[in-house]
Amino acid sequence: MIESLIKSDRAELTQSTRKGSPVVLSTRVRLARNLSDIPFPERATSAQRSDVLSKCADHIGGLKQMKSGAFFDISQLSELEKQVLVERHLISRELCESEQGSGVIINKDQTCSVMINEEDHLRIQFLKTGFNLNSVWKQMDRFDSDLEDLLDVAFSSEFGFLTACPTNLGTGLRASVMMHLPGLVISEQMERVIRAVNQLGITVRGLFGEGSDATGHVFQISNQQTLGESESEIITRLGSVLKTIIDHEVNARFKYLEENRAKLLDKIGRAFGVLQNVHFLSSNEAMNLLSLMRLSVDFNMLPESNRSDVDRLFIECQPGHIQYAAHEGIEPELRDIARADKLREEFSHLPPLNFDKVGESK
Amino acid sequence: MADNLKCSNCNKEATVHLTQIVNNKIHKVDLCESCAQKKGVTDPQGFSLADLLSKTALTPDSSEASLVCPNCGLETSDFRRTGRLGCSACFQVFGDLVRPALEDMHVGLTHKGKIPEVALTRQNSQAQLQALKDSLASAIAEEAYEEAAKLRDLIHELEVAVAELEVTEA
Repeated sequence: MIESLIKSDRAELTQSTRKGSPVVLSTRVRLARNLSDIPFPERATSAQRSDVLSKCADHIGGLKQMKSGAFFDISQLSELEKQVLVERHLISRELCESEQGSGVIINKDQTCSVMINEEDHLRIQFLKTGFNLNSVWKQMDRFDSDLEDLLDVAFSSEFGFLTACPTNLGTGLRASVMMHLPGLVISEQMERVIRAVNQLGITVRGLFGEGSDATGHVFQISNQQTLGESESEIITRLGSVLKTIIDHEVNARFKYLEENRAKLLDKIGRAFGVLQNVHFLSSNEAMNLLSLMRLSVDFNMLPESNRSDVDRLFIECQPGHIQYAAHEGIEPELRDIARADKLREEFSHLPPLNFDKVGESK
Repeated sequence: MADNLKCSNCNKEATVHLTQIVNNKIHKVDLCESCAQKKGVTDPQGFSLADLLSKTALTPDSSEASLVCPNCGLETSDFRRTGRLGCSACFQVFGDLVRPALEDMHVGLTHKGKIPEVALTRQNSQAQLQALKDSLASAIAEEAYEEAAKLRDLIHELEVAVAELEVTEA
């Protein structure tokens, strides 16, 4: 069912041609919204759930932002298809486990997805590669206002937009940025950073959210609080914390390069060698090797034009994508072979690493 | 001291004393012989104090009045257990339970962000329209035709205004 989506040549996360950013992989903003009068998905009857599903799918599908988008009924998708959508951050794990009457609408370039009957009636998400908090929020704000014309949303002047879980009350806004932080990890500063931002009401999680670990040195950093601040205050505050993290990360990289030049270049060089010759590769190891390749682009060892390839491979080397590409559910061992084949083939087309201009500004 | 313990289920003298650690919290429960039997405590397999705790008086605050949401049927104990609300009406029913929880969760206690003006105006106008229609019905019933005519005009005006706010189907 999701074939056209995967084969699309204009998917934001895997096909973006915009200039990438050295530290930030992508920016996401989500809003939680509920319809007034109808119980939230967890307490709704199955008839109410299907009503909400068809009503929202109709209205949202008609919005201009959703032109030529696709709607999927979750109960019609296979486990593998759901996994692929999770790996693309288009749906949540929670939605995958939901009973009858849940769905998702995804727009053509996969920058917008609306989950229906997840924890709340609507979970709207906008996503863009790079560090783009303000522009992603602006897009979201417009979409939300257009939606408000179509649907009666649950709102109170005290609690703001009403949500099933009180942690989302108020704006219902969660802005989250995917950051690549090898410098902070390698210099063992990550723990300190996590503690510091936690005190500012900001959460740090692994690549796939709650409970996932930070393979590939990729972290998701987002605001925890949604009530008591306006949307623009949330975005501004998160943005300034993220800018500080970016500065720390860049400093940590250059400091490490200065102090451990041979060690670091050796690590990157070996990773490149492995990727060109590997025959058996777990997804964890792949993430860590790709992380070093992203770093090598930042250090001018690979051309900037290869950044988007590395970012695409971060997604395409996930277990679900590897299985989906093989057209069947394959065993972990065969998956590791298929993943190795794919990376070997991709890396055979890359130019050799250039060690002459390491770390020079671009 | 143990002699004086009462069964937490029926207040008879308790002879069965259980301690179980659930989610890092120590829970103790004292039961009389017959309640222990009834609850299957004597069967060591498959017995969980957590199940018992959620059903007996040992829920967080036994003196807490139990509230029920008239719209979705959520009860105080459901909210305590899951931390989730069931529908928008729940916020009126359980507001006093939600507010204290917000202090540790958020920057402030009241909404400072976006307000869905259009949707709110539409909802308010619809409520207003219904009220006018009710008045019109009673005015007609009371044969107050002059009043009824005024109401009818008001209703018409409001209906036009509401139609403008309504969904502009593409």
